[in-house]
Amino acid sequence: MNRWAPFEWITALRFLREGRMQTLFITAGVSIGVAVIVFMSAMLAGLQANFIKRVLTSQPHIQLIPPDEVARPLRNAPGVIEAALMQRPTQRLRSIDQWQKVRTQLTQWSDITNVSPTVTASALAVRGDASRSISLIGVDPEVYFNIVRVPDYIIAGKPRVASDDIIIGRDLALDLGVSVGDKLNVSSAIGGARVLTISGIFDFGNKGANMRSTYVALRTGQALSKLVGGVTSIDLTVRDVYAAEKIARAVQASTGVQADSWIKTNAQFFTAVNAQQSSNSMIRLFVGLSVAFGIASVLIVSVIQRSKDIGILRAMGTSQGQILRVFLLQGGLLGFTGSMIGSALGGGALFLWHTYMRQADGGELFPLILETKLFVAAILLAAVTGVAAAAVPALRAAKLDPVVAIRG
Amino acid sequence: MAEQSIVLQLEGVTKAYNVDTPVEVEVLHGIDLVLRRGEFVALIGPSGSGKSTLLNLIGLLDRPTSGRIFIEGHETSTLDDADLTRLRGHSIGFVFQYHYLISAFTALENVMMPMLVEKTFPDDAMKARAALLLDQVGLSQWKDNLATNMSGGQQQRVAIARALAMQPALILADEPTGNLDTKSADTVFEMMRRINVENGTTFLIVTHNMDLARQCDRIVEVVDGRVTTPAEI
Repeated sequence: MNRWAPFEWITALRFLREGRMQTLFITAGVSIGVAVIVFMSAMLAGLQANFIKRVLTSQPHIQLIPPDEVARPLRNAPGVIEAALMQRPTQRLRSIDQWQKVRTQLTQWSDITNVSPTVTASALAVRGDASRSISLIGVDPEVYFNIVRVPDYIIAGKPRVASDDIIIGRDLALDLGVSVGDKLNVSSAIGGARVLTISGIFDFGNKGANMRSTYVALRTGQALSKLVGGVTSIDLTVRDVYAAEKIARAVQASTGVQADSWIKTNAQFFTAVNAQQSSNSMIRLFVGLSVAFGIASVLIVSVIQRSKDIGILRAMGTSQGQILRVFLLQGGLLGFTGSMIGSALGGGALFLWHTYMRQADGGELFPLILETKLFVAAILLAAVTGVAAAAVPALRAAKLDPVVAIRG
Repeated sequence: MAEQSIVLQLEGVTKAYNVDTPVEVEVLHGIDLVLRRGEFVALIGPSGSGKSTLLNLIGLLDRPTSGRIFIEGHETSTLDDADLTRLRGHSIGFVFQYHYLISAFTALENVMMPMLVEKTFPDDAMKARAALLLDQVGLSQWKDNLATNMSGGQQQRVAIARALAMQPALILADEPTGNLDTKSADTVFEMMRRINVENGTTFLIVTHNMDLARQCDRIVEVVDGRVTTPAEI
C-alpha cells in the first residue's frame, strides 16, 4: 500500500486491478471513443480553418456598396392610387456618397482591421487580335493586399501597382499570350482607355478568377471608369470573421451605406460550415454518451459483484461517503486513463492521416493542428464524464444495506 | 472492577418488520441482555428464532423498533447513521460464517483495513499492528497471500485478526466455525478463547454446535424472539 494514497484511492485501484478484464475492455472502449473525438475535432478544425482561409483570403469580410437605385412613382395627389407599371432602373456605376468620411469613421472601429476603398469596373483587355473581358479592380495596394492576399499568389513578376501597372491572372496571360513586362491595352465599358504594363501574374487556383480579375492602382481604376475621386465599394476585414454579419449590420446602421458580410454573400458555404460543425458536435456528443454508459454499466456490474465486500467494509466502519468516493473514483480513473490512451491514439492517427492522405496536387489535405487545449479538454472532459457516469452505481453502492449485502 | 464493566446492554428491545401494515410481524419481543467485559458467551437457538436479527441489532447494522441498546455505555437510539458507523468501527468487530475477506487485498492488508478506513492514510504503526495480529492467529508467514489463496480455516483466522484490529470491546461471531472442518473449527475456537483470556475482549458467538456452546462462560438461548435460560446445558 502506498502511504501517500488515501483509503479511497487504494481501494478503487485494487478493485480495478482485480477486475482486470472488465477494466481492460472498458478502458479500450473509452480510448477508442476519445480517439474518435480527438481525431474528428482536430481534422474538422483543420479542414474548416483551411476552407475559411481560402474563402477569406480572396474576398473581403464585409463590402460596403452604394445603395440600389430604385424608381418611385410620382403621384398626383395623396390617397390616389395609380396602377402604374414600375420598371427597375439599371444600376449604373456609382460612387459611394462621401466615402472619405465613411472610411475615416470605419478606421476608428476596433473590430475592423482593414478599410480599403476600391473601384470595380468591367473592361476589355486587348492585345493584337485577341480581346478578353475583365473585371478591373482599382485598389490601394497597401491596405487591399491585407484583405485579398494577392502577393501570396504571384507566380511571376511583382505585386506592384504603380499608376501604369496591371496585375493579371495566369489564364488571362495564357489566352493573350503575354508575360511580365508586356503592354496591354485596356478600355473600359464607359469609354476610358489606357495602355498598361503587366507587373505581375497571379494564380488563385480558380480559372474564373484567373481569367477575370485584374488589379490596377486606385487612381488608374478611377480614371478608366470615369469616376474620378469616387469609389464603388469599401472593403473591410474584421477581427472575428464569424461576427462579420453582426458588424455589417452595425456598419450599415451607422453609415447608411449598404454593407454585405461574407456570411451573407457566401450563405451556402457558411451553411455547409455550420452543418459540418453541428454534425461534428452531434457525433462527439453521442460518442461521449456511449462512453459514459459503458463506464456506468461496468460499474453497475462491479457494485453487484462486490456487494459482499461493500457490506463488510460498511460493517467495519466505512462511511457511505467513503464507499461513494471509491466508486466515483473508479469511474474517474477509467475515464482519465482511457482518455490518455485515446488522446495518444487520436494524435497518432491524425499524424498518419496527415502524412499519407494528400490532395490531388500533393498538397496537405488540411493543416495539422494539434492544440494542447484539445487534448487537455478531452482528458478533463473524459475524467468528469467518468465520475458522472459512476454517480448512479456509486450511489447504489453507498446505499447498500450492510445486512442485506452480507446475507446476500 | 474493570472485568465487570458492562460492554453491552439491551433494554426491552423489540424488532418488528412491515410496521403499520396488515402483515406486521414482530420477531423479537422485549429482549433484555447484559454482557460484561471479558465474557465469552454463546448465543443459541433454533433457525428462525431471531438470532440473526438480534445480532444485527447488537452490531448496529439495524435499528430496533423499540427499546434501547447501550454499547460501552453509549445509548445508540439517538445516534445518526454516521455516528453509528463510527461507533461500530471502534467498538465492535465482526466474524461471519463465511470469512468475507476482501479478495482484492492480501491477508495483511485485510487486517489493516479497519484502521485504514478510520485513518484514511496507511502508516507503519498500522502495518506493525496488523502483522502482530496475524502473528497472534499464527499466520505471520501468510501475510502477503491474497485472501483467495488461503484455506477456509486460515481465512477465518485472518477475519478474526481483522475483527481485533480496532481493539473492539465486543466481537460478534456469527457461526465462525460453521463452515470449517472439525480440526480447523477447533483451532479457530481455541484462538478466540485465547484472545478472550489474553485481551479481555468480550465475545458473543452464535452457534449451532452444543459442544462449543458448553465450552463458553454462559449460554443465551433465543426461542421465538425471547431470551430464555436453557433448561439443560
